[in-house]
Amino acid sequence: MALYLIAPSIALVGAGAVLAARARFRLRRIDPVRIGVDIVEVRDVASALASPRAERYLRLVYGAGERRDCSSPGFGVEPSRLAARFAAKEAVRKAIGGAALEAPWTSIQVERGPGGEPLVRLAGPAAAAARELGLRRFAVSLSHEPGYAAAMVVATR
Amino acid sequence: MKERIRRVLDDHGRLPVSAGILEDEANLYSAGMTSHASVNVMLALEEEFDVEFPDEMLTRNAFESIDSIASSLTTLGVS
Repeated sequence: MALYLIAPSIALVGAGAVLAARARFRLRRIDPVRIGVDIVEVRDVASALASPRAERYLRLVYGAGERRDCSSPGFGVEPSRLAARFAAKEAVRKAIGGAALEAPWTSIQVERGPGGEPLVRLAGPAAAAARELGLRRFAVSLSHEPGYAAAMVVATR
Repeated sequence: MKERIRRVLDDHGRLPVSAGILEDEANLYSAGMTSHASVNVMLALEEEFDVEFPDEMLTRNAFESIDSIASSLTTLGVS
């Protein structure tokens, strides 16, 4: 009698383990790399900076480090550099997808590495959404042209 | 209220068409509004209606249509 009860339980546990392993394998196979790209018109950023709510815009969208990195003596904050960071944030959102599309702008920040290279730092909802997908590494490339800024992000496990 | 929202969209939404021809429930992102334009729209709405959207209302969905914007503004006491 006991054997009859235990055997189906073992079978169920075994089936669950197989399904979980298959799900993990499928996730690895489908999403080893995710990409995101975005382009921003610099005049849109300049427009926000010229608005009566410029200070709110800066604090709502950019972290203190980003605001500092995008400023230079004599010129103040530079719209083209902010535009590149905004493009990077949107590219990260696209690369992660799902809940990250609703993540606050400041939960995705672009910092400067030791050699001046841009680095992505995630916090809060954006970090949680990335963890959910097992995405741990984000490479970002920024580009400027007069009038436009663009960013591309490659996210990997 | 929706006419004022449409004016803000025409001035800041960077839509390829006038907001006047969009249905209230039309998806503004599908109509061509970019992410940054939605931020500019949000700032202009705050100025127009003298309100401040709390953080929890600053979502992509809250600005996806004239209806959803009106709903958010109504929640903030705008009539």
